[in-house]
Amino acid sequence: MSVVRTSFVRHEGVAAPLLRDNIDTDQIIPSREMKKVDSSGLGEGLFAGWRYRSPQDRAPNPDFILNKPVYDGATILLSGANFGCGSSREHAVWALREYGFRCVIAVSFGSIFQGNCARNGILPIALKREEIEEIARHVEADPAAHHVNIDLKNERVELTGQSADYSFSVDPYDKRLLLHGADPIDLTLQNKPVIDSYLSEDRQNRPWIYV
Amino acid sequence: MRCFGCLCCYNNITNWNEYQFLAEESVALRTLFDKLWDGHEVRDDGDGASLVAIDRVFLHERTGGVALKSLLASNRAPVDPSRVYSVMDHIVSFAPDRARDDARSPGGEVFITQTREMATKAGVNIIDTDDPRQGIIHVVAPELGLVLPGMSIVCPDSHTCSLGALGALAVGVGTGDVEHAMATGVLRLKKPAQMRIVVEGELKPGVTAKDVALHIIAKFGADGGRLRAIEFAGSTIRNFDIEARLTLCNMAVEFAAFTALIAPDEKTLAYVRSRPNETFAEYWDKCLTDWARLHSDEGAVFEEEIAIDAADIEVMATWGTSPEQAAPVSWRIPVRDELHGAQTAKANAAFSYMGVVDGEDFDTLRINGAFIGSCTNGRLSDLRLAAAVLKGRKVADHVHAVCVPGSKAVKAAAEAEGLDKIFTEAGFVWGSPGCAMCFYAGGETFAPGARIISSTNRNFEGRQGPSVRTHLASPSTVAASAIAGRIVAADPAILKVVNS
Repeated sequence: MSVVRTSFVRHEGVAAPLLRDNIDTDQIIPSREMKKVDSSGLGEGLFAGWRYRSPQDRAPNPDFILNKPVYDGATILLSGANFGCGSSREHAVWALREYGFRCVIAVSFGSIFQGNCARNGILPIALKREEIEEIARHVEADPAAHHVNIDLKNERVELTGQSADYSFSVDPYDKRLLLHGADPIDLTLQNKPVIDSYLSEDRQNRPWIYV
Repeated sequence: MRCFGCLCCYNNITNWNEYQFLAEESVALRTLFDKLWDGHEVRDDGDGASLVAIDRVFLHERTGGVALKSLLASNRAPVDPSRVYSVMDHIVSFAPDRARDDARSPGGEVFITQTREMATKAGVNIIDTDDPRQGIIHVVAPELGLVLPGMSIVCPDSHTCSLGALGALAVGVGTGDVEHAMATGVLRLKKPAQMRIVVEGELKPGVTAKDVALHIIAKFGADGGRLRAIEFAGSTIRNFDIEARLTLCNMAVEFAAFTALIAPDEKTLAYVRSRPNETFAEYWDKCLTDWARLHSDEGAVFEEEIAIDAADIEVMATWGTSPEQAAPVSWRIPVRDELHGAQTAKANAAFSYMGVVDGEDFDTLRINGAFIGSCTNGRLSDLRLAAAVLKGRKVADHVHAVCVPGSKAVKAAAEAEGLDKIFTEAGFVWGSPGCAMCFYAGGETFAPGARIISSTNRNFEGRQGPSVRTHLASPSTVAASAIAGRIVAADPAILKVVNS
């Protein structure tokens, strides 16, 4: 991928609560905002339907959370169930990343979206709804000061100025991609001999696949 | 058991009382999914994931072109370009007289021209806009015989699960994943939990595969099949033709499934054999031997099972902004008291966006538009069903009605039967094949606030355009509603003739 890979070990940042269920990839990046055959140039279209008063004049909608000054520079998004459901477009992850997000904490994720995250430097964290609501309450009291801290190595979420913390689990492979900023294609190609031997055997067994 | 008098049952995501949890462990007995998985497993990574061999990669210009671009930019090449197919479907114009590079969204031509350029450079198969085989990938792939039972397929499109209807392991993935599959021949996948949905018995007249899908999603929630590989089974499914099976499997992603599957049977073999693809003909006996094992062993264990009585399923339409917010067309939108907890908040947002009142009857909802097409319901049998309803009738004056066949082959077959005349005489636009109005990409669409009845798969906010209100339904319900100007089901007597 042409994506710039950076490692993710610890991250501290402003968290923006967008506590709705079923936020689909077309809300994250509307199809009309996909203007190039590219993974870049998408940050401006992030949440465009909510973020701007109209798609044409791009006047910010002051009611939308990311337009509120206290959430300036937010890098962590808090959300509800099934975040990133819908269309498979990886553009949703690219748009979040380009805007500056490094982590989405949600009750659950659309499966394709979740699979797209780690290789693009975004950590998807699933926590219980009550935990996310608790984090949101803490953040909302003073968003600019009440940061959320993510420790990927130890799989913990901590809150600035609070003793409470939350543990999460992350797929070990995704963890490896994030910690090292690794390219998944390179990792897979380390298994080239076993892939080649599968293919030559399969060609004998199922020749109709290879015509 | 389900209560018939209360709509909340249709929308209660916590009501799992028809689930049977099977506790018995079994090693030797395998499900259809297990067999597909085992057959393609190149390496077990030992952490719940495996490198899985990918037999076919399908691409389209919206999300596939960028995968090719990225692959080439990294100085990599497809392991086997002859097993990669690139089609134009998402952004192509659906105007009846479109030219080769015409897009339906401003500036969209670049997706068509660049995908063509990248596909040519990479040496993969191209089904271009001016190719007589062109159409929506999930319509075209089965139609051309590019999908066979037992194959593994990835495509950067969430409705790839449609293709499981032929007994293939078909997974919708991200752009980075198809790039990975092209570059390595494999993809790292986590083996999902498995669910079987058994539908038994005869459907009521007028009830289609689309209604079955909406029934299941409404009853168990849009998250109900979360990350499951779902096998559909039972006499109702066996009685479905291949096109109805494709419709049902298509909707599995709206149930949050990893993928959907139906075991191949005589109908599958007859379908596959009648396709234009003759490349496997010389291996037919070998194919039959291989495919004969593609079924779940008696007693094989699924993590979850749902049993559904076909007689309980009504003609459905959605009333909200998630496919789970659906109810029988002959009923009404739920009243607030019938909803619980998280549903209430979701329903309130949906009532507001959709401009509907709780407790309102469907047939009081005046529609402004009707759309028939998409990878869900854009096949010949769908058009036949709609045409049976439209024949000799006119759509209501205030309804802008559009039909876009799923592929050029579907369009040609429909025209050979005179269906295009029925549609156009009724007042429908008869468009050129592609995804068309299923999703908004900028460009022509319905007016903000317009209420649309649509044979598509998603009723999300803004899916068909800013502030457009989408009600999902079967093609026959869309046709009947277009005529009535309100949301109504078709007269089952008309449909009975088509089905027989």
